[in-house]
Amino acid sequence: MRRTNNIILETAIKVLLFFIVLYSVYIFTAGHYYPGGGFIGGLMTAGAIVLLLITYDIKTVEEFLPVNYRILTAIGLLFAIGTSAGSLLFDVPFLTHAFGDVQLPILGELSLHTATLFDLGVYFVVVGVTMTIIQTIGEDE
Amino acid sequence: MIEFIIRLALLFCSISMLGLIYRVIKGPSVADRVIALDAIGVNLVAITALISIVLSSHAFLEIILLIGILAFIGTVAFAKYLEKGVIIERERNH
Repeated sequence: MRRTNNIILETAIKVLLFFIVLYSVYIFTAGHYYPGGGFIGGLMTAGAIVLLLITYDIKTVEEFLPVNYRILTAIGLLFAIGTSAGSLLFDVPFLTHAFGDVQLPILGELSLHTATLFDLGVYFVVVGVTMTIIQTIGEDE
Repeated sequence: MIEFIIRLALLFCSISMLGLIYRVIKGPSVADRVIALDAIGVNLVAITALISIVLSSHAFLEIILLIGILAFIGTVAFAKYLEKGVIIERERNH
């Protein structure tokens, strides 16, 4: 019997996956000044994991990426609620964000915004929900 | 002059896309349709690049890479479906 092996795909994935994940992180971090943001960045990360699932199988991917995606969704929602409710501690309305220039040792002067943490919550929720949907459908025999 | 050339290139991209759409509709086998859809994705990349030149904006450059990645994932998924019958396996047998 002819044994099918997809060595070309597996080798190509090893190179391509790095670029896709890097691109999704770039799109996530550039969301404040350029097109992009948490939603599309999360979808691209989920796309990278889907590419892994297509190349290998569910068990192999779970082995080297042991993430429970339902808990990831919960963590994302916690991030969103935490950054919105954190403003209540400073006597300002709900969802008020703070920003400022921060001097860091290696990176130099950075303009940081708490909206990024809210966006990180969106990112986690999108990755978690997409992967939950795809894995649930994929495991169904 | 450059404006005219870009419009001409857009026209030719549209014509080649029409040919590919004909192949998607008419294609005798599924593989023909998949390859035609992949080539439509590549054409879409070219059209996005040309339109971002026409509008002289770099807001669409992310979209180009995005379409490339999505076309690759879609084609690989369809190829695996045609080859093995499932897209995501529970456990590989090799």
